[in-house]
Amino acid sequence: MDLNPIWLTLKLAGITTVLLLAISLPVAWWLSKGRSIFKVITEAIITMPLVLPPSVLGFYLLLAFSPQHGMGKWLQQTFDVQFVFSFKGLVLASVIYSMPFMLGPIKSALQQLPVSLSQASYSLGKTKWQTFMHVLLPNIKPSLLTAIVLTFAHTLGEFGVVLMIGGNIPNVTRVASIAVYDSVEQMDYSTANAYSLILFGITFILVISVFVFNKYRLKSPLE
Amino acid sequence: MISIDIEKKLKAYQGQQVLKISGEFATCSITKIYGPSGAGKTTFLKVIAGFVQPEKGNITVEGLTWLDTASKISLPPQKRMAGFVFQDYALFPNMTVLQHLQYATKDAAWIQRLLAIGKLETLATHKPEYLSGGQQQRLAILRALATKPKFLLMDEPFSALDPEMKVELINELKLIFNELGTTVFIVSHNPQELEGLAEHEMNIH
Repeated sequence: MDLNPIWLTLKLAGITTVLLLAISLPVAWWLSKGRSIFKVITEAIITMPLVLPPSVLGFYLLLAFSPQHGMGKWLQQTFDVQFVFSFKGLVLASVIYSMPFMLGPIKSALQQLPVSLSQASYSLGKTKWQTFMHVLLPNIKPSLLTAIVLTFAHTLGEFGVVLMIGGNIPNVTRVASIAVYDSVEQMDYSTANAYSLILFGITFILVISVFVFNKYRLKSPLE
Repeated sequence: MISIDIEKKLKAYQGQQVLKISGEFATCSITKIYGPSGAGKTTFLKVIAGFVQPEKGNITVEGLTWLDTASKISLPPQKRMAGFVFQDYALFPNMTVLQHLQYATKDAAWIQRLLAIGKLETLATHKPEYLSGGQQQRLAILRALATKPKFLLMDEPFSALDPEMKVELINELKLIFNELGTTVFIVSHNPQELEGLAEHEMNIH
């Protein structure tokens, strides 16, 4: 059995999770503070991948980044970057597709923290950055872990978006979920089963570790 | 001298009401603030600290303008650095007693003195969830004092303390306020408990 699809999937999930963590922390903090029509629209756009068929999202990404026209053409001509049928494209699609899984739990957790925690920190002369790093972030650890694991696990299981923008190129865009589909199409059920079992095992371990970790944290006064 | 003249709309069950407060307060003085629930006592303290913006007003502290809505001046809470004791304590669940004080100040001797005043030396490594209500409230007071503030705003700071501890702590606080030259506003539902501590009073209704 070719293990490359598994490594590619893990690499994609790892990079996507790290990128989304960096993007989602400031965005979630911004969204958690007050309401405005601009924030509502931003949140709605970010949430769309939860309800949109993955193939629809993949189709629009394919159009947007196609090197034949628009943004894709500009990116290719200006920076020599091609997202379609490349690993970069998979990362871009995964970041967009999995964003609600990272952003949602972090934003909810930040919203549930009493506003007086930040105020107390400000009254001690601490900046917003110091307050975020020393007070807010450490107090949303369980939600942060949930967000990280959900995002990683969700990216492991991506199929529609990845297939649309990346296709099925061995060692480049052929991730495990596509390898399962490909094996079934070729009636190679034992390979499909091997890939599926590995994905199942990894996902189960990830999800159960979150449950175990958060169970021990239930004594926290914030939960 | 501290000069305050503010107007802030309050949302109330019967509709909107306006909190109007105007007055001059001597520095190093202690003022108790009392009045019915919902009158705006906590909001008044939060306006002074810079957490809440009033519609109109001026706040000047020892010649420095903290707030002037006409000139659109409003110093952020970090620049005002008024000590604040929150009614809900607002302790940081991730920090131990000692870490709360170390977050506020690097002065180790001052931290030790505060721990002794609050009788929390033996609980220095405990997080708030393992402290009683009274211990949490004392920690909230100590944290607010850790920065040696020139202006201290206390919202129901003694409500969870037993009478003995309250008397002892109030005596210690009097000494500290005197030593630091701190101006103090204390909101209380029970103005009698501040007899001997506060020389001035303000009724908000």
